[in-house]
Amino acid sequence: MTAPTPALATSGLSKSFGALGVARSIDFALPAGARHALIGPNGAGKTSFINLLTGALAPDAGRISLSGTDITEMPTHRRVKLGLVRTFQITSLFPDFTPLESLTMTICEREGVAGRMLRGFRRLSHLADEAHALLAGIGLADSAHAITRTLPYGRQRLLEIGVALAARPRVLLLDEPAAGVPEKESGALLEAIAALPDDIAVMFIEHDMDLVFRFARSITVLVAGQVLCEGTPAQIAEDARVREVYLGAHFDG
Amino acid sequence: MESIAPGAGFERRSRLRAGEVLLWLAIAAAPLYVPGHLVLASQILITALFALSLDLLLGYGGMISLGHAAYFGTGAYTAGLLAQHGWSEPISGLVAAMLVAAALGFAASFVIVRLSGVALLMVTLGLGLLLFELANALADITGGSDGLQGVEIAPLLGLFGFDMVGRTGFVYAYLVALGAFALVRRIVHSPFGLSLQGYRENPARMAQIGAPMAARLRLVNTISAGLAGLAGGLLAQTTQFVGLDALGFERSAEVVIILILGGGGRLYGGLVGALVFMIGRDVLSEANPEYWYFWLGLILVLVVLFMPQGILGGGAALLVRLRGRAALGEAAR
Ligand SMILES: Nc1ncnc2c1ncn2[C@@H]1O[C@H](COP(=O)(O)OP(=O)(O)OP(=O)(O)O)[C@@H](O)[C@H]1O
Ligand SMILES: [Mg+2]
Repeated sequence: MTAPTPALATSGLSKSFGALGVARSIDFALPAGARHALIGPNGAGKTSFINLLTGALAPDAGRISLSGTDITEMPTHRRVKLGLVRTFQITSLFPDFTPLESLTMTICEREGVAGRMLRGFRRLSHLADEAHALLAGIGLADSAHAITRTLPYGRQRLLEIGVALAARPRVLLLDEPAAGVPEKESGALLEAIAALPDDIAVMFIEHDMDLVFRFARSITVLVAGQVLCEGTPAQIAEDARVREVYLGAHFDG
Repeated sequence: MESIAPGAGFERRSRLRAGEVLLWLAIAAAPLYVPGHLVLASQILITALFALSLDLLLGYGGMISLGHAAYFGTGAYTAGLLAQHGWSEPISGLVAAMLVAAALGFAASFVIVRLSGVALLMVTLGLGLLLFELANALADITGGSDGLQGVEIAPLLGLFGFDMVGRTGFVYAYLVALGAFALVRRIVHSPFGLSLQGYRENPARMAQIGAPMAARLRLVNTISAGLAGLAGGLLAQTTQFVGLDALGFERSAEVVIILILGGGGRLYGGLVGALVFMIGRDVLSEANPEYWYFWLGLILVLVVLFMPQGILGGGAALLVRLRGRAALGEAAR
């Protein structure tokens, strides 16, 4: 019996900065439709793992495959075209753009018209309309024409996710999506992420264990660049090694 | 707000504004109100075109160039040398100037698109110095510091000679500049232009939205170089002379100053900057030639301190304040 091809998988993925191993032979598989949390203490290598997956960092060893296609050597922008999309832990937006512009630009890219030089937007207004609909869907409709850098940080976090969604991901990697979002909104944010269509595999990094246990259907614990353990939330909550790593810091609840 | 399609606010920006039409009409009418200054008017247009070429790169793409005169001078010498060797038909000479400069820009772009920050400054600066010294060393061909002599341009379309009053030169420069502005306007309002501005706003993020930027940046560098060459070719043809200063560092520095003065990334910043700069120089250096750089320095410091977005940016911000917050999204850009 062959297991279904995972949406995203790595084998033996390794990367060091000098003596510091941020990824140490990581074997990882994200099944189609996953709602997967990647957790671990600060400096464990979670962001570095996303950087490796998206091609922002080149691995020292190991392979990465997307729906069975080896993408280890593929440039970042081509991985995005195949549906591998990320967001950033520290908001990385287009400060002088409006949210509408940011999303329209991303949609143009996705639709393969972003290289068109002599075409105006009048004939591409359906793309701007789609951008607007997407903004409305994430609660940013009233900020559509505001300048991004003037938006409150919580809204910028939403836009960060909106830009990723505009690329129409098949695998969505979210680096601490709720960080900086007001606490009363972070639940709704993750609810929206969990409610994304089932054919999108989602992996999110999150430090807030309440959110992790509410929204993840599976969890990987990364410590010092190595996978400590993986399993369902119940299994992870039971795991003595995990408790030891966290020393109760996040687990008192 | 108004009852428009949800995404429409987006394309509204690219619509031709009445102010733009008026601006170009006002320039076209220059022979009526400054008939004695048509040579200066042509030079302003040429400088505006040169600044426009930099605007595409710096104002829209966020890529600095401290050696843009390399392309300007290449265009100037191409047009000048062609005419000197008997190819005196202006339009084909100008096209050649543009193409040769664009080819240089294309070649340089393979190095340039890998760079940013100080490295980009140094390489573009180096390119400018290199071409300057090359032209200086090849004095047999370029005339060295004496400049290129014996440039004679045939009448435009075989009808309109380039006279001393500069009327033909003005109309010629006007039409070329108008065409170039229309082209760049089209480009910056296209999806391509949007991604170029995205690169300016956040270069690192572009790959993560799936944008293959290297190829686009090469293309932009090539177009920018071609437009700079066009400006250089125009100068050579309208003045029927090319000096080494066409390639000089001063010209590279001035065009950066002009663009920043006028306001980059707003299409007309180069034109406004060129107007202020060249008329300012004309007026101030007539009074005290040796103090021109003093005044220029002062103006530059004041503009950067009080209008960091240049004259156009400062003007737009003022408009927003006058109109109130309602207009914020539109006019602030
Ligand atoms: N480009 C780099 N060069 C050198 N060291 C780096 C680089 N990027 C990350 N590191 C180091 O690698 C380690 C892992 O960093 P990473 O950002 O992946 O951790 P993280 O698990 O995301 O942490 P956090 O929860 O704080 O976001 C850290 O010690 C960090 O300082
Ligand atoms: Mg991190």
